[in-house]
Amino acid sequence: MNGIPSPTTPSALISRRTMLRQLGAGLLLALWPADRWATPEAVQQAIHQRIGEREPQPGGMTLTLPKIAETGNSVPLTVAVDSLMTPGDHVLRIHVFVPGNPEPVASTYHLGIRAGRAQISTQIRLARTQTVLALAEMSDGSVRSDAASIVVTLGACVDELWSD
Amino acid sequence: MTQPRIRVPSQARKGEVIEIKTLISHPMETGHRRDTQGQLIPRHIIHTFTCTYNGAEVFRADWHPAVAANPYLAFYTVATESGRLNFQWIDDDGTVYTAEAEITVV
Repeated sequence: MNGIPSPTTPSALISRRTMLRQLGAGLLLALWPADRWATPEAVQQAIHQRIGEREPQPGGMTLTLPKIAETGNSVPLTVAVDSLMTPGDHVLRIHVFVPGNPEPVASTYHLGIRAGRAQISTQIRLARTQTVLALAEMSDGSVRSDAASIVVTLGACVDELWSD
Repeated sequence: MTQPRIRVPSQARKGEVIEIKTLISHPMETGHRRDTQGQLIPRHIIHTFTCTYNGAEVFRADWHPAVAANPYLAFYTVATESGRLNFQWIDDDGTVYTAEAEITVV
């Protein structure tokens, strides 16, 4: 990590851009205490608290996020669940999880047949590059899931690192 | 300062699914940031949003610090009857911000 590799070594094959990126990532990790984001256990616990032992099935819904965000301060997010929202088959709740944030749950939306359409749009904060997860609890007890990865160039919450 | 903004169609057909857009100015302070003295800035967010249609709840949201400042939310409801939609945002400090809209269903 220190200095430019000599042109004769194999590491010279690593481009300058890769090198800079790794340096940047290393610097961020060094500045950022580990408790800045949720542990995998905390994420699992947050999911379990909401859906219990039920196993989410991928599909039947779409989570839409940009592929890349300049900053994580306000990232547009849309969740749409394929459901006719009839009394016999509708969405009860939509959960959004942000495993790369200090707190793994972003929001929960309580719907029902009077929602008419199982779709919400909002803006969320992302502390770093991560895979956002959305779950939909259906009226028949099943749980659907969709996930979307996003690259966050500058995370929310980092501003205080540079403030002084 | 915290002036909610809502967009609800003033008229709809019975049974039509209408889109509702809401926006409220609020810092949504996460409780994870530190000030220049290194002191943790206390959490201060809106934790609950509800929409009622002629008194019946049709949509509710639970928010956590990952909801961006000045929370924006778009959702849907079925235009069932003429009347009033009420919106409520509940702050950590107990303050309740409200807004309302009239709808005519034909």
